Amino acid sequence: MQFPILSVIVFTPIVAGILILLIPGNRKTEVRVTALAAATIAMLLSAWVYFSYDISAGGYQFQELYKWLPALGISFRVGVDGISAPLVLLTGIVMFTGVLISWGLDDRPREFFVFLFILATGVFGVFVSLDLFMLFFFYEIAVFPMYLLISIWGWVKTREYAAMKLTLYLFIGSVIALVGALAMYFQAGLHSFDMLELEKAGFSPVFQHFWFPFVFFGFAVLGGIFPFHNWSPDGHVAAPTAVSMFHAGVLMKLGAFASLRVGIMLMPEGAHFWKWVILGLATVNVVYGAFIAAVQTDFKYVIGFSSVSHMGLVMLGFATLTKEGLTGAGVQMFSHGVMTALFFAVVGMVYDRAHTREIPELGGFSKKMPWVAVAFTIGGLVSMGMPGLSGFVAEFPIFMGVWKVQPLIAIIAAISIVITASYIIRVIGRVFFGAMPEHFEHGDHAVGDVTVMDKVALGVICIIMITVGVYPSVMVPLVQSGVKNILALVGGA
Amino acid sequence: MTAENVLAILPEILILVLAGFVLLLDALWPEPKRRSLGWLTAGGLMLILAVSVAIARPGDDPRFAFGGMIRDDWLGFTFRMAFLFGAAITCLFAMDAEQLGKKGEFYVLLLVSTLGMNLMASAGDLVMLYLAIETTSIPLYVLAGFVVNDDKSTEAGFKYMLFGALTSTVMLYGFSLLYGFSGTTSLYELAEKIRLGLIPTGVLVGTLMLMLVGFGFKISAVPFHYWAPDVYEGAPTPVAGFLSTASKAAGFAVLMRVLLVAFSGDEVMHSWTTLIAAISVITMTLGNTLALAQKNIKRLLAYSSIAQAGYILIGLVAISPDGPLNLGIRSAVFYLIAYIVTNLTVFGVVAAFERVSGSNEIDAYKGLSRRSPGLAFIMLIGMLSLAGMPPFGGFVAKVFVFAAAVETKTWTWLAVVGVLNAIIGLYYYLTVLKVVYLYRTDNPDDEQKPIPLTRPYAIALVVLTAGIVLIGTLFGPWFHWAGLAAGSLF
Repeated sequence: MQFPILSVIVFTPIVAGILILLIPGNRKTEVRVTALAAATIAMLLSAWVYFSYDISAGGYQFQELYKWLPALGISFRVGVDGISAPLVLLTGIVMFTGVLISWGLDDRPREFFVFLFILATGVFGVFVSLDLFMLFFFYEIAVFPMYLLISIWGWVKTREYAAMKLTLYLFIGSVIALVGALAMYFQAGLHSFDMLELEKAGFSPVFQHFWFPFVFFGFAVLGGIFPFHNWSPDGHVAAPTAVSMFHAGVLMKLGAFASLRVGIMLMPEGAHFWKWVILGLATVNVVYGAFIAAVQTDFKYVIGFSSVSHMGLVMLGFATLTKEGLTGAGVQMFSHGVMTALFFAVVGMVYDRAHTREIPELGGFSKKMPWVAVAFTIGGLVSMGMPGLSGFVAEFPIFMGVWKVQPLIAIIAAISIVITASYIIRVIGRVFFGAMPEHFEHGDHAVGDVTVMDKVALGVICIIMITVGVYPSVMVPLVQSGVKNILALVGGA
Repeated sequence: MTAENVLAILPEILILVLAGFVLLLDALWPEPKRRSLGWLTAGGLMLILAVSVAIARPGDDPRFAFGGMIRDDWLGFTFRMAFLFGAAITCLFAMDAEQLGKKGEFYVLLLVSTLGMNLMASAGDLVMLYLAIETTSIPLYVLAGFVVNDDKSTEAGFKYMLFGALTSTVMLYGFSLLYGFSGTTSLYELAEKIRLGLIPTGVLVGTLMLMLVGFGFKISAVPFHYWAPDVYEGAPTPVAGFLSTASKAAGFAVLMRVLLVAFSGDEVMHSWTTLIAAISVITMTLGNTLALAQKNIKRLLAYSSIAQAGYILIGLVAISPDGPLNLGIRSAVFYLIAYIVTNLTVFGVVAAFERVSGSNEIDAYKGLSRRSPGLAFIMLIGMLSLAGMPPFGGFVAKVFVFAAAVETKTWTWLAVVGVLNAIIGLYYYLTVLKVVYLYRTDNPDDEQKPIPLTRPYAIALVVLTAGIVLIGTLFGPWFHWAGLAAGSLF
């Protein structure tokens, strides 16, 4: 038997969480070191999975199968394909950088890392699960720690409201999807929650047309699809930095990924039936999200709405059901994940030092924290889809795919690129350049540079974005092999 | 008495022996030493549980004992073991509670009540059933009002008794009508007659409604739930925990047997599934909605436990006897197991907290995570399990119950109502957790005061927490036992 690497990745965070729980709460350094060690292990293992995935063989690899409840056909079955391998890596990266960024957290770090790691286990679990029940199991595990993380360590002004709003939105979405999933299970009559079996169930078109929206939109709530995106900017803004990173960087992908895996792949007929609706809604996401981001004055809200806009591109790519669109969406999930993690990390660093996020009150931060300014600029260019960076590799195919389906939508959605550029450039200009307000320059409230931990985190993310940009072959063929699998189910070349 | 008959009621005999023993030692031991009666009772109950599982397991084929009074089957056995467990845990919670733990009669009453519950779960005859229900209820009335110098406790005991006596009379009237029309008191003979169509459906539905008054009271289903919040609030916390778990489960055991065995004719089944579905919807919705407004943790838990009864009723409605899995009853039994463990945990935390802080207001829980991170974490696990979050027992239980509803196709809408209710539930469970984790105490000095756990609490809470996680992750064995129980009904 081979080494059960995926299980190890899934359970590393939670085991670390239990260990952390055993450390007395006042020994904060031990807590942090344990957390960092676990995060490093998880990241290295996920990188190992990513790079040793055999693209020529394709399909689901590193599979493990244990019986969980045979009477109902529930098993613990994991495996990664070309779509989920980058997402596992993404989770590893965000977990690692998230721990680094949270190094200075002083209020009950033990509890913080425990909840964060429960969340991480849930996320890893969803990305690797091949069993529908198991997917739900981990999906819910990923939802509830958010509530505590945001409400306890979040931004005082809105945390209670935002945390509850977010949790209820996500829970409503997931339980509605659950009813849909149960309907699939019984309709298939296979007595199996195994998704590879359910793929072959051959649901009738009527059944698929009816149940597809339950499952797809139930999960897409977490993907931030319009008009269910409302929780996300509030949630992002209220959350503490590491949680915002996790949240926008990984959790939204969780929603998109699950709606792809369970919605589109198990009910392809339904996907064809509903694709125009999804295309329409996703276009609204992309354009409307960008416009709203452009008028925000709160630094973090800008990034929050830009996530809504970028996640719209992912959904847009899905709904094309074409090779280009899906490949782009797959890369975009990764690219946006690291990019937005970087953005939120930067926002957190600025806020921690300036104690304000109002863009008009900021300025000239490149003088005090040059590293951060460079990193944010790189992230901004990724966000605009600049060639040579990962954003271009992701967005260009999406627009190609959309163009193939309906050029008009591609034209409308492309407006967002311009808007994105405008707000990103505005933020860079206002926050990092220009004149620095006097009280940040000198005196008691003077702003200092970021810590080494922060620099390492930013550096890791920037290197990844550039690597994928200049050398797309590290990711695109992998994603394409996953897309081939999807296209075999939904039809079309 | 043949050996088989003895084996069929072995746990009950042993409980009686234990009760006598406790009573004797209560008279012999001086007062300070009497706290150890709690160890003795809890240990004795666990021993009885172990012995019963070892030698008194029912066979694959259910059989009758004592001329049909007792039906020795897996349904009864599963529930009886759950009651023993619940009673043992309740003893541990009570040991260090004021005015409870050092009184021998507390443990004796608890044992007698448990004995009654055991008989409720295995009664195969209306007469036996009625006697068992009364044997359960009367000690519970006393237990609810046990703290005589506390007005609230006395009020709780009195209220519980009045409600109980009233509903039990109505139920008894239903029993007598049923006997009058059928000429038999045996549930299984009754079933035969109903299947043959010897009793008009109208009469059956009428008597069933009368009986549901009594059963509805036990499981605190709407509209027979009024007593629950007041009684839970006033009764000593360990007793409230016992009422909300074992006593409720006993009600469900009876409900399952009466509905699914005696009233299993097609026509009457059609009527009562509709009726129970309606009760289930109202119970869930009302329980959850009213819980939103509560300021007292025990009242909140009372409404939450009303809502939980609503979810369990889904399992009773969603029966598909033809289905290979028999998921409806099975999921209800599974849900009850998970629910007993979870709710006991939460009540244990409340009892431990009350002992130190003297308050049951939700506001008093401010800063708990700073005062006692461990207790706060157990509260978190319990609350999330009640809300139906993995990896805790409540999640799997809810999924199974909803799955049963979806399986029938007819009742898919009931699953939808259930999940919508789960959302309301999540809201107030999270609100409690918010108080526990987020808010600071009003007086900053209070945060430095830890909440010490005495040994009985620590043991019970660790066992229960482990149980919640085990049920939620390794659900195979529990599901298997639930299946055995469900399969043995007919």
